[in-house]
Amino acid sequence: MSKSYRTREHFVAPADSDVLPETDALQDGRAPLSMWGEAWRNLRRRPLFIISALLILLIIAVAAFPQLFTQNPPDGACYLADSNAGPRPGHPLGFTLQGCDVYARLIYGTRASLLVGIITTACVVLLGGTLGALAGYYGGWLDAVIARLGDIFFALPLILGAIIVMQLPMFRENRNIWTVVLTLVVFGWPQIARITRGAVISVRNADFVVASRALGVSRFQALVKHVLPNALAPVIVTATISLGTFIVAEATLSFLGIGLPPDIMSWGNDISSAQTSLRANPAALLWPAGALSVTVLSFIMLGDAVRDALDPKARKL
Amino acid sequence: MTRYVLRRVLQMIPVFLGATLLVYFLVFSLPGDPIAALFGDRPVNEVVAAQLREQYNLDQPFMVQYLEYLKNLLTFNLGNDFSGRPVAEVLAQIFPVTMRLAVLALCFEAVFGIVFGLIAGLKKGRIFDATVLFVSLVVIAIPVFVLGFLLQFIIGVKLGWTAPTVGASAGWRDLILPAVVLGLASFAYVLRLTRTSVIENMNADYVRTATAKGLSRPRVVTVHILRNSLIPVITFLGADLGALMGGAIVTEGIFNVPGVGQKLYQAVIRGEGPTIVSIVSVLVLVYVVANLLVDLLYAWLDPRIRYE
Repeated sequence: MSKSYRTREHFVAPADSDVLPETDALQDGRAPLSMWGEAWRNLRRRPLFIISALLILLIIAVAAFPQLFTQNPPDGACYLADSNAGPRPGHPLGFTLQGCDVYARLIYGTRASLLVGIITTACVVLLGGTLGALAGYYGGWLDAVIARLGDIFFALPLILGAIIVMQLPMFRENRNIWTVVLTLVVFGWPQIARITRGAVISVRNADFVVASRALGVSRFQALVKHVLPNALAPVIVTATISLGTFIVAEATLSFLGIGLPPDIMSWGNDISSAQTSLRANPAALLWPAGALSVTVLSFIMLGDAVRDALDPKARKL
Repeated sequence: MTRYVLRRVLQMIPVFLGATLLVYFLVFSLPGDPIAALFGDRPVNEVVAAQLREQYNLDQPFMVQYLEYLKNLLTFNLGNDFSGRPVAEVLAQIFPVTMRLAVLALCFEAVFGIVFGLIAGLKKGRIFDATVLFVSLVVIAIPVFVLGFLLQFIIGVKLGWTAPTVGASAGWRDLILPAVVLGLASFAYVLRLTRTSVIENMNADYVRTATAKGLSRPRVVTVHILRNSLIPVITFLGADLGALMGGAIVTEGIFNVPGVGQKLYQAVIRGEGPTIVSIVSVLVLVYVVANLLVDLLYAWLDPRIRYE
């Protein structure tokens, strides 16, 4: 300022005003939280999220170390004398038609169900996500072809596909969880593809994408580095929820006899074999059904909570 | 409008061709020899078998079989199934049953889903809303075959309110319980969709205007909030009709409903190509036509939407 600048009187806030300490306390040096940081802070306060996260951790622990949760062997030591018997000490949930311990089978069946869910979801996100992102980003004939392909798979009955996959040369001799995974992936990708396509379309013309293109980033790099990370949220939410539905689909296929082979322990197989004696021994059906439902519910609740946390608009309402 | 419908109908053709081609290919690659299976335990009579193979075009290469099928389809000739019954006759028997089942399920999920979703949305954050939301999650999480067995066991066996299984006649009344089981999961989706949509629209400018100009609360809720909230719900219901018809395999199995799902399951297990392909073709047709009708309904619900 030059010296000729005319000073004039102006209002000065009194120094002892209580606004100042608050203003001083503001830390504007701290970087603002990212979308995920914000969501995480919001999530930690949600009881629904905490409950479902704890349940999922428990289920993962059971799947990884089943021997920690039960002393009884799930198969092998089954005695027909115990057929459909009720609970007794050491066997809290009773016995199946074959005289096996229901609780032990419940614990050991967790792994197959969870594995099918997790692997299928990973593959579906990879396949459906890639196709959906390409369709949404490039548009035009690619979009049309992928959309029609998705329609075709939507319209086909899952059960027909399951039987065909089951009879493929590599599975004819030994069916395993990959048989079910392949079936569910082939029929599950269109949904994730649709969601990814929508999310990519909503950000592909955003200012930061246009700016990066103007700075010389190639079209494909802009998709990978700028569009995809910002389109990820709805895909992750849908994937979490589908994880639950894939576990149900596995159980349904096993229930119909075209899913996991009977020698793999899974909740679906147990429910299927318990249905013949439903009236005599409903517990053998209800416990695996309950475990299945709680697992699916946990994943759905988790996805629901994450969606709410990621969507500031819905939070304000 | 006419041009839009025409374009959509034209777009249906590749989907229909693709789906039937794929199904035909899948059926073609089904293992086992269905003709040999017809003989059961007796030794296969080669002359009769060859005659049957010729009759069903099974001795032709894949593309020839498919084109032959398409040619017959255009003349509404669906051929015979492997027991010699015309497939058209089989379809005429099973489709009305599943149609009744699907329509009942659709009515159930639409009426209850929209009513509960509307109330929950209007009373957002209250105890009713929280309860309904949680219950809907539980309903989604329980697999349909568990729900089916449970309801069949409680209502059909213990309480004896309905017959536990349906049987050959499959009238409207017998189908109520299976329809509820079939529609429960979608009911939860309709409820959640309606709720979200109502909450979004409740704060819209036109709702404030309607209230400000003195319209009664019921009129604001039904005409202004509800009607505008129904668009995503209708989309879901339209897509669901196809899913309900094709996805009733488990429900029809549990309640012994002689419908499409049961027939499809049997046909797939037996490798009965003509029946599988015909059923799936009709299902694909239902699916595409339902989606087209939904898109046309949009303009009636929301006049801002136009078709170019």
